[in-house]
Amino acid sequence: MSDTGNQAFVRQELVPERAAPIRTTGFVGFLRTRLFNTPTNILLTVLSALLIWVTVVPLIRFLLVDAVWTGSDRNACLAENAGHPVGACWPYVEAKFTQFVYGFYPEAERWRANLTFVLGALLLLPLLIPRIPAKGINACLFFIAFPVVAFFLLHGGGLTAFAVSAAIVSILLFLLGGGARTGWPALAASLVFFAVIGVIIGLMGDGGRLPEVDTRLWGGLLVTLVVSVTGIVASMPVGIALALGRRSTIPLIRIFSIAFIEFWRGVPLITVLFFATYMLPLFVPANFTIDGLVRALIGIALFAGAYNAEVIRGGLQAIPRGQSEAASALGLPWWKTTSLIVMPQALRHVIPSLVNSFISLFKDTSLVSIVALFDLLGSVRASFADPVWATPTTLFTGFAFAGIIYFCFCFGMSRYSLFVERRLNAHRRS
Amino acid sequence: MTIESRPPPPQFVAKLRRALGGRAGWSGFVFQILFTAALIWIGYEIVANARANLQSQRIASGFGFLDNTAGFDVSQTLIPYSGSDTYTRVFFVGLANTLLVSVIGIFFATVIGFIVALGRLSPNWLLARIAGAYVEVIRNLPVLFQILFWYLAVLAALPNPRQSISVFGSFFLNSRGLFIPQPIANPGFLPFAIAVLVAIIVALGLRSYARQQLFAHGRVLLIWPYVLGVLIGLPLITSLLLGAPLTFEFPQLKGFNFAGGSRVIPEFVALTLALSLYTAAFIAEIVRAGIQSVHKGQMEAGASLGLSRGATLRLIVVPQAMRVILPPLTSQYLNLTKNSSLAVAIGYPDLVSVFTGTTLSQTGQAVEIIAITMGVYLLLSLVTSAIMNFYGWRLSRSLGNT
Repeated sequence: MSDTGNQAFVRQELVPERAAPIRTTGFVGFLRTRLFNTPTNILLTVLSALLIWVTVVPLIRFLLVDAVWTGSDRNACLAENAGHPVGACWPYVEAKFTQFVYGFYPEAERWRANLTFVLGALLLLPLLIPRIPAKGINACLFFIAFPVVAFFLLHGGGLTAFAVSAAIVSILLFLLGGGARTGWPALAASLVFFAVIGVIIGLMGDGGRLPEVDTRLWGGLLVTLVVSVTGIVASMPVGIALALGRRSTIPLIRIFSIAFIEFWRGVPLITVLFFATYMLPLFVPANFTIDGLVRALIGIALFAGAYNAEVIRGGLQAIPRGQSEAASALGLPWWKTTSLIVMPQALRHVIPSLVNSFISLFKDTSLVSIVALFDLLGSVRASFADPVWATPTTLFTGFAFAGIIYFCFCFGMSRYSLFVERRLNAHRRS
Repeated sequence: MTIESRPPPPQFVAKLRRALGGRAGWSGFVFQILFTAALIWIGYEIVANARANLQSQRIASGFGFLDNTAGFDVSQTLIPYSGSDTYTRVFFVGLANTLLVSVIGIFFATVIGFIVALGRLSPNWLLARIAGAYVEVIRNLPVLFQILFWYLAVLAALPNPRQSISVFGSFFLNSRGLFIPQPIANPGFLPFAIAVLVAIIVALGLRSYARQQLFAHGRVLLIWPYVLGVLIGLPLITSLLLGAPLTFEFPQLKGFNFAGGSRVIPEFVALTLALSLYTAAFIAEIVRAGIQSVHKGQMEAGASLGLSRGATLRLIVVPQAMRVILPPLTSQYLNLTKNSSLAVAIGYPDLVSVFTGTTLSQTGQAVEIIAITMGVYLLLSLVTSAIMNFYGWRLSRSLGNT
């Protein structure tokens, strides 16, 4: 041990200090690791920056910097009058705004459309926030009571008819809520909801009656929302029934469900709309006419129902057999097994996929403009023909406006579906 | 004492129950009967109503109208067509146009989709963000909105023929459409085509020989120089011997419009552009999800076997990703084909536009025409799914999953 000090390999002095490592955190480190670390990456970064320069910058110039904000007709939006290159012509959107939102809905009755929007939002928002209780009653009100109320508000009608449908819907909700044992809160909520709307109709309508507004006068965002909400509400029961039918043990029911689903999924929506517009009226007795909007709604509900059926079937397949077997062991009949044990779990599983199919449905509502219904896109397109606002940028402004609205709705829905997905998978995250 | 072997209990009733009502038994049988009765009743009502309505509106029924003269012109025809041809011909003109826009749209959508997916997976932060923004914006706007946007706003804002945008002096884009050089076959074209075909067959043969050698004897053959030589050499020799196989007629500006070359109508340009860009966003998401679904360990295992990064990707990652990518990719292709029916909104003469649109409004025979149109799309989607199922089956077999 004593000769250790003589060993040649024992270091006598300290190792020289190394240079500090290259920073990988902070802004500079971020630039270095994510943008400029290799020659290829530098090239890609430069190209990306160029791409942003030629797309985003002109877009912002068009929408904000060069845009015209005030004016009363096309002269305000011409470059020679504005004195600079003209971007978006916002006064055009302002002038056409009511047309984009309500179509030709009579001005005196627009409060009804507004009230429907507000009611829908008031019922939908608590449904979307997980922390708020009473989801069951809330869902019943939104999916069953609200469509009926919206129909009376938008289309018009007398208080007697309203009272009758209120009674029917309330009894239905009472039964759905569990009958005499647990159905009372649902009944009370429904009655209060209908009573409030009934009072409003009684006060605002002339002689307890709202004047009828023909669906041909509806248009713009109103039609887009009516078609998509009705499509969503009506396609759910269709989808659930078809999904159960496809998993049924009875051969004919199964075959019929498969054929029905595959048929609607195999054809484009536009042919479905043509079918609903031209063929459906032939299938009913001659003295029985179907409203143009209702025809399109039937087509869309069947179409969306077939897509929902496949989504729901995926959810049903994800539920372990043990669940339904346990329910059978408890003595529950098929009907109760499905409605109380299997379906609630399956639907919870597929909420994100369902929201995705609702997004497609919302986007697809724009197709109704091809069968002569003026939804948001149709109204915007129709407004291009107005010579009062014919400028080189009118088209781009109209598309920008419609695009922003569509984007906000769809983006909101897709973010919400991500949020739900993360919540449902919370237990899986490490 | 022996135990008498008892005869099995009679199975006849149980089998009958099973056959008539499935697992649900007699109640299933009753249910099926009721269901069939309801279907028949609804079907009868529909047919009776339709017949009465058609008679009262004096609309003919049956498929006789297909032989009548159409009497209208179509702006783009792949097969010879004139206004004096029959509705059957119109049907095929429309179908050809639908298939054309679908195939070209699928090609571009796939290319753009893969590029965007690679961009999203790129380690470059900025590029990944741009690709992500592209996907988000495109996916959240209706496809009809995008078609109308390209057609009404962008293409209509293009300059007139005199100031058209030119690429390489041979492609011209203006408000009348896209003008491209038209290939004209020379006498040497047929031998040239045969030479190309032979070269491809020889190359495929070489490849399968090399694989056989590799799998049977473990010999690695270097074949790519020969393959390249055959693929380039054979056609080159024929064209040197017999002259150029094709000459191109270039579009020329004559007066106020272009002459020569072929014109691609603006409706086609707008539709292809919108459909490719729209579907590409969905394909990009599918490809990204597919590649990310392959476990990181696969890449590492490939590296530890000594494979290069490219070989690992090609031989290990992509085949496994393809299995995940393929089914949703097929449904996107079908979606694109179905969305091509939106051509009716801008007047591109596809099947829905000329047949379900113009022919329907001329003849009024809604039932027959809509049934034919739906049948065509159903057939297209069934055939596509069948092909893709076969491909998926082969893929899973080659991965040893059968």
